Amino acid sequence: MSSNEQIHKDHSAGGGEPPAEPPTAVSAQISTENVDSILDEIDSVLESNAEEFVRNFVQKGGQ
Amino acid sequence: MFSVHRVMGSETEFGISQPDNPHANPMRDSARVIDAYAGPRGLKSSQSFWDFATESPLADARGFLMNVADADISQLTHLPQESVEAQYLANVVTENGARYYVDHAHPEYSSPEVLTPRDLVTYDRAGDLVALASVRALASSSEPVNLYKNNTDSKGSSYGAHENYLVDRGVDFDRLVTGLIPFFVTRQILCGAGRVGIGREGEAKGYQISSRADFFEAEVGLETTLRRPIVNTRDEPHADPAKYRRLHVILGDATLAEPATFVRFGSTSLVLGLIEAGLAPELELADPLQSLWDVSHDLTLGAKLPLADGSSRTALEIQEIYWAACAEHAGGDADTSEVLAEWRRFLDGLATEPRSLADSIDWVAKWVLLDGYRQREGIDWDHPKLALIDVQYHDVRPEKGLFHRLEKAGRIRRMTTDAEVDRAVVTPPEGTRAYLRSLAVTRFSDSLVAASWDSLVLDAGEYGTVRLPMSEPLKGNRELLAEKLADVHTGEELLRALGVTRLEPNRDDEV
Repeated sequence: MSSNEQIHKDHSAGGGEPPAEPPTAVSAQISTENVDSILDEIDSVLESNAEEFVRNFVQKGGQ
Repeated sequence: MFSVHRVMGSETEFGISQPDNPHANPMRDSARVIDAYAGPRGLKSSQSFWDFATESPLADARGFLMNVADADISQLTHLPQESVEAQYLANVVTENGARYYVDHAHPEYSSPEVLTPRDLVTYDRAGDLVALASVRALASSSEPVNLYKNNTDSKGSSYGAHENYLVDRGVDFDRLVTGLIPFFVTRQILCGAGRVGIGREGEAKGYQISSRADFFEAEVGLETTLRRPIVNTRDEPHADPAKYRRLHVILGDATLAEPATFVRFGSTSLVLGLIEAGLAPELELADPLQSLWDVSHDLTLGAKLPLADGSSRTALEIQEIYWAACAEHAGGDADTSEVLAEWRRFLDGLATEPRSLADSIDWVAKWVLLDGYRQREGIDWDHPKLALIDVQYHDVRPEKGLFHRLEKAGRIRRMTTDAEVDRAVVTPPEGTRAYLRSLAVTRFSDSLVAASWDSLVLDAGEYGTVRLPMSEPLKGNRELLAEKLADVHTGEELLRALGVTRLEPNRDDEV
């Protein structure tokens, strides 16, 4: 679209955007532990009465 | 040559509930949510604060207007004043230039206009913090409220997570429709949020990829609350209508995983670039709606979707065609390359081992979690515990939201930092008119009468009230205005600094 030129200019002048990190830098942080430890953790934060919570979670429609 | 850069924004309608009061009025609570955020920050909140003069939710991109009398009341963005529900229409422009307001029976955060998918991720996530601040503010009240960044209660109701993209008005709308439908029907494998239950009310047990797919009933149309269409035709550009259209995408799920949000907006912006350049793949699904549902219900990703020419393709194959076309024709700037690389990584992962993307895509992350829980407990897909996990994944509170627990535990990739998102809550994005809107509510709050996406209404002292149009989304940005407005503090000074020399109401000077 015709506005691309403007956008590029904003980028070079603005300098507000952090440099893009290569995706590999993030992947090194991903934990590979067994899913079991997270299931134990989740048990401790789940709302106590599942049936009642689910029954009461009633929404009006939106867009 | 096109790039991923484009004016875009996200909208999140939050699910809302009072934990101990299922009969609470959701409109009243939504207004409480908005006011709880606005009050302590000194932000003006009222229905009259939003300038509705340029809103046209009943304008159809195919070239006609729906008569107000024919419209369902849920289609009107601005309810008639005589409606008793009007008193709950709280409306706020937040410090970052976003809009935070009551949409029907949900609080909605509409992000400020950004130019890159990375900024989109940051400003979409800033909205999650705005919602969290509301929840915290109401936690000590007698009626605490919880908010969920999800799309359905699985009891027949759905609410949206819309996307907005500025598109060249010169592109014929029918070309947008034909170019987008195969992409939209299959895009859910990249950025679905997942859902327990099949059917609008979860009639059949199981798990599906998209939380919204079952609520769509048309290919193309104006409605957003009923007979929802794959391509929405609302023609309300919030910008110069001679130059731009705003493509209003209502099909998507609310994404929490940042890589999924990044690919959702990035891939769509690139495909729009393809269509604008006349390079969209020649693909036509024989039955787009049936395919939309089939893709969502097929966790093997193997379903063959019939094409109009009698052949068939899987969702992955169709995505490959779009990816290849974008990779061939898009420019090589850093943002575009990053989107293409992430989109590529998603397609490779989905083709070989979908569960490897539990660190990137919500439907996979939630599926792995639910399936692990299901197997450990020996329960079936219709067990309330799984329905609970399905909702609680989306809780905006970091201590209760299962997405947030997973991300905090390092199991979901993150692109932003806490500091960047904190800053985005109170600072506008670079490069768009959101800068001027943000400035108006922070520095010129005393003179500001009303605001909208494309206007400011200012009290200009002895000259009365002046409406300032902002119909160019790329103007009114920091680079153009920061220096010029450094020593400007009143509405009247602002208008003069912007070059309005002859003050009178309703003029058409551009910022």
